[in-house]
Amino acid sequence: MGGSARGWGLLLPALLWTCAFFAMPLVIMALYSLWQRAGVKLVTEISLGNYEKFFAKSYFFQSLINSLEVTAIVTVVSVLLAYPLAYILAEKVPARWQRLALLLAILPFWTSYVVRSYSWLLVLSEGGILSNFLLDLGVTAEPVSFANNRGATVVGFVHFFVMLLTLTVFANLVQLPKSYRKAAADLGAGPIRSFIYVILPLTLPGIMVGAFLTFVLCIGDYITPQILGGNRELLLPQTIMLQISRRADFPTASALAMILMVVVSLVYLACARWLKIERL
Amino acid sequence: MHGSLRHLPAFLYAGLIYGFIFLPVAVLVLFSFQGSRVPVPPFDGPSLAWYRAVFADDRMMAALGNSVLVALVSSTLSVVLGFFAAYGLARHRIVLGGLVQGFLTAPLTVSYLIIAMGLLITFNTLGVPKSLITIGIGHVVINLPLCFAILYSQMGAHQAQVERAARDLGAREWQVLLLITVPMLWPALFASFFLAVTFSWDEFIIAFMVSRFEVTLPVEIWSMLRSGLNPETNAVGSFVFLISVALFVVLDMVLRRRRR
Repeated sequence: MGGSARGWGLLLPALLWTCAFFAMPLVIMALYSLWQRAGVKLVTEISLGNYEKFFAKSYFFQSLINSLEVTAIVTVVSVLLAYPLAYILAEKVPARWQRLALLLAILPFWTSYVVRSYSWLLVLSEGGILSNFLLDLGVTAEPVSFANNRGATVVGFVHFFVMLLTLTVFANLVQLPKSYRKAAADLGAGPIRSFIYVILPLTLPGIMVGAFLTFVLCIGDYITPQILGGNRELLLPQTIMLQISRRADFPTASALAMILMVVVSLVYLACARWLKIERL
Repeated sequence: MHGSLRHLPAFLYAGLIYGFIFLPVAVLVLFSFQGSRVPVPPFDGPSLAWYRAVFADDRMMAALGNSVLVALVSSTLSVVLGFFAAYGLARHRIVLGGLVQGFLTAPLTVSYLIIAMGLLITFNTLGVPKSLITIGIGHVVINLPLCFAILYSQMGAHQAQVERAARDLGAREWQVLLLITVPMLWPALFASFFLAVTFSWDEFIIAFMVSRFEVTLPVEIWSMLRSGLNPETNAVGSFVFLISVALFVVLDMVLRRRRR
């Protein structure tokens, strides 16, 4: 163990970098959110005007509600789809095939994530695979578009998060000793009861970690809703980007970004407390 | 036979989900070989025309080069900074070490969109021109905490003892670092570098917001999307997919050989 001065010396470059390019930008952004844009000029007078605007203009507030709704739907659907798959992989697939099965599940996500949303456009848009398939089956008489709406956004998100949640739940499931289930059976519980009262509660941490990751990554994503969701219904990241690209209104965009950050932090606090109780 | 029949619904379900997971990428790759100008059924290939178009596209090739450059440089910097920080925190008595660790990993909890906005506003305020350098700075911000966390978790007591032994035998500090610590941590260093390269390679929103004339591949693909469905986009996407899978196979092979 050397002196602590040398330790700080080793830490210094990383600390400086994080200060300069992470902490300082956040402080500047927080400051901007209290400033106003008047015409093309920036008014550096501290006020909560941008935040008031957020709650007053239904257009801004609605985009947060849309984001929360989409994120909630995505999280629930992903958990419901992923849990059985993780369970099958952990319990029914022989151990030597598990690694391959997991690698296969991850494989499609090694495209660029811009391309991933685009690929769903190939499936969902008018004349695409799905529309063509239904046409061939005779279900529809004309090509139908499934893109440019909330459903398409949800499908694009669920696609990625099913994979992610499968991984977190699987990691949780394989850690459970086989003896637990046997003990439950010895005590008279059937397979369903032992699942509901023993296995499911013990895999809640895996579900929560995955669900939290899903929430954070989903609510902050711009690409998926922008490519798949169209312009009729905007999510918060799209509203933020519009303030920047169309209007160069950095103060309003900063305030919206701060609100997004607060929402994520609140959910984090709620989840962290909940997880801790679970662990006791 | 009875047993496998009992598992049939389970495997049917797994098959359906795998089908869902693979559907878009299968469609992407298939229609990258499309003969005509729209990547929708009927398939009228196979044709390599769109791959030829990609490789003849100067902007696309420039973006590809930029992506590789930014990924390699920013990942190297992330690993080096992360390694020094992890070593400093693991091997020296640091006052408020927990706080330092929390601060260094904090960027992992913030959306890329917010990091991107913060950087954009900061660069604008300070008059820093947008370029590949600003993209690289952003990518170090997101990858440094990752590299630091991975390397810090791998610096155990066992390595500390070997390092002390080397010191007792007269090794200088830089010799310990270079000849003992780095070789012992090689798999973790390698893994964090590859992870950083992957994240940088795929990152869109930061690269989009803090770039101007020189862009990376995801940003270039993004601007291609404005033209709607286009087999050339399929070809680029399939190409990126191929590179990523190849990178992953290399990483897996290296790490597995190391483990044996």
